[in-house]
Amino acid sequence: MERIAAGTNKTAYRLRRVLTTALLLLLGLVFLLPFIWMLSASFKPELEVFTYPIQWIPNNWNLVENYTNVWAGKVDFVLYYWNSIQVAVLTTLLSVLVSAMAAYGFTKIRFRGRNLLFLIVLATYMIPPEATHVPLFVIYRWMGLYDTHAGLILLGGFSVLGTFLLRQFFEGISNEYLESAQVDGAGHFTRFMRITLPLARPALATYGILRFIWTWNDFQTPFLFLSDKTLYTIQLGMYSFADRNGSFYALIMAASVSAIIPLLVVFIIGQKQVIEGISFGGLKG
Amino acid sequence: MIASYNPYEAEVADIQAIDKQEAVMLRRSGRARRRREMLAGYLFTGPMLVGVLIFTLVPMLLSFGLSLTDWSFVTGIETIRFDGFGNFARLFATDAFANSLVHNLVLLLSVPVGMTLALALAVVITTRVYTPGLFKVIFFMPHISSIVAVAVVWQVLFHPSYGPVNSMLMALGIAEPPKWLADPSYALTSVLMLMVWIDMGVALIIYIAGLKNIPADLYEAAEIDGATSWKKFKHITFPLLTPTTFFLLITGLIGNFKSFALIKVLTDGGPVKSTTVIAYDMYTEGFVNLRTGYASSMAVVLFAVILLITLIQWIGQRKWVNY
Repeated sequence: MERIAAGTNKTAYRLRRVLTTALLLLLGLVFLLPFIWMLSASFKPELEVFTYPIQWIPNNWNLVENYTNVWAGKVDFVLYYWNSIQVAVLTTLLSVLVSAMAAYGFTKIRFRGRNLLFLIVLATYMIPPEATHVPLFVIYRWMGLYDTHAGLILLGGFSVLGTFLLRQFFEGISNEYLESAQVDGAGHFTRFMRITLPLARPALATYGILRFIWTWNDFQTPFLFLSDKTLYTIQLGMYSFADRNGSFYALIMAASVSAIIPLLVVFIIGQKQVIEGISFGGLKG
Repeated sequence: MIASYNPYEAEVADIQAIDKQEAVMLRRSGRARRRREMLAGYLFTGPMLVGVLIFTLVPMLLSFGLSLTDWSFVTGIETIRFDGFGNFARLFATDAFANSLVHNLVLLLSVPVGMTLALALAVVITTRVYTPGLFKVIFFMPHISSIVAVAVVWQVLFHPSYGPVNSMLMALGIAEPPKWLADPSYALTSVLMLMVWIDMGVALIIYIAGLKNIPADLYEAAEIDGATSWKKFKHITFPLLTPTTFFLLITGLIGNFKSFALIKVLTDGGPVKSTTVIAYDMYTEGFVNLRTGYASSMAVVLFAVILLITLIQWIGQRKWVNY
């Protein structure tokens, strides 16, 4: 008797779980409708974008024409892509390197003023970048960094967030490894390159992926510090494309899909790291 | 007094001398090592320190300085004129600034709304469904997508005359649905809805991480006592998540208060300035109208508000949060 009761209980429990999953999937689908609509509209001829009831699967396909128009049309999407790749990759590399070095210095080297300097870095984290942009605009003009990719890369590369994230991780690296290397006569440079960095690979990957996504998606900084159209990143390009093609909605949707896809790929590949990194402290910016 | 005589005096003196020499040498090499250590410390932290100095500290100090001047940088450094708190007086006297501040405060509502939804979803996802990983990805999608693409899609979805949202509302029998982003009295609400949609995923992921840290035996004990799901949530889950909730609230408020990109792309402050916010005004003054001093005073206000929120966090952490 009891066993049967337990069995039905288990079935009931499973059934409820399956039902809840199905319901939540439905909710998730509704949540993602804007993306699904965007994808579907990007396949349609212009005249059928707004037909109602919505044709989720287009009656007439215009996929090739729409995407060719975006990629080989008047707006140079290929160039924007290339610019974005350059800026995002270089910013990520610079930021990971500078942050890892600083994190190593603040955890593994004893030097005078270390705590004070770290406190200063910590304090600047409270300063919202937005509050510095107006003077930075003036400084950038004087330094010749305005309207250059270098300006964007430097600004993103010296964000202090990575230092905190990696410092936390480096503190977990046992000093024994490092000290045994020290006995063998290895200096800080060797200990950093040969021991710390390989051990910290997961943390470096997490921060690197996050920094890449943030840089790729950043609209604000390029919008403020670039004016030359040939230097535009994909976000700026997309913005000016939407501005110029105000009523060609199928094309705008094709451009939006093109702008989101690389990020989606990075996110799906690095999903674990992204979610870990976000959970680590709800970091953003 | 008997003079002590040590037959090995000379040897002892020799040994002492050698010891002293060695000690000096050792101390010297210790000092050299410490100096090398210092140098290494500065070399490793140096790049970040210089970066922080150039890209954050100096600009911040300049913000404070420039906020006290009447200056446009295009006219050159020689036209700079000290103006005391003139900018601030002008700022607080204009309706535009007051309006933006009100819009900012209204938009802050999206933070608790998004957090409530996120908490409910997080509980369901961690305890009641299969494939929790898939749901994390689904609800995180809007956040990972670029603001520009997302804003453009929503503009089209909410198009007043032929967007799918209003087509559906009209099909449901609503003759005159709101014009959403094109209607001054609905635009801010539309922006708020979109903010909830974009930012909810972050809160969700952090809540899920927080839920995993709650020891399972607490729930088991409660079940033995016959506690209902709601009671378990009220007496275990919610109180133990207070640090997470508090953290999300503070970072959410700060992030929301600074929002610029979404507003710029989605509404450009309109229609009829019904969606302007402080950051939007600041960029318009500083980068379009080139009123450097005036825009700097807005930056200072922005900084002050965010500092205030951070201070509340510091004080509140001690008082309100159960660890």
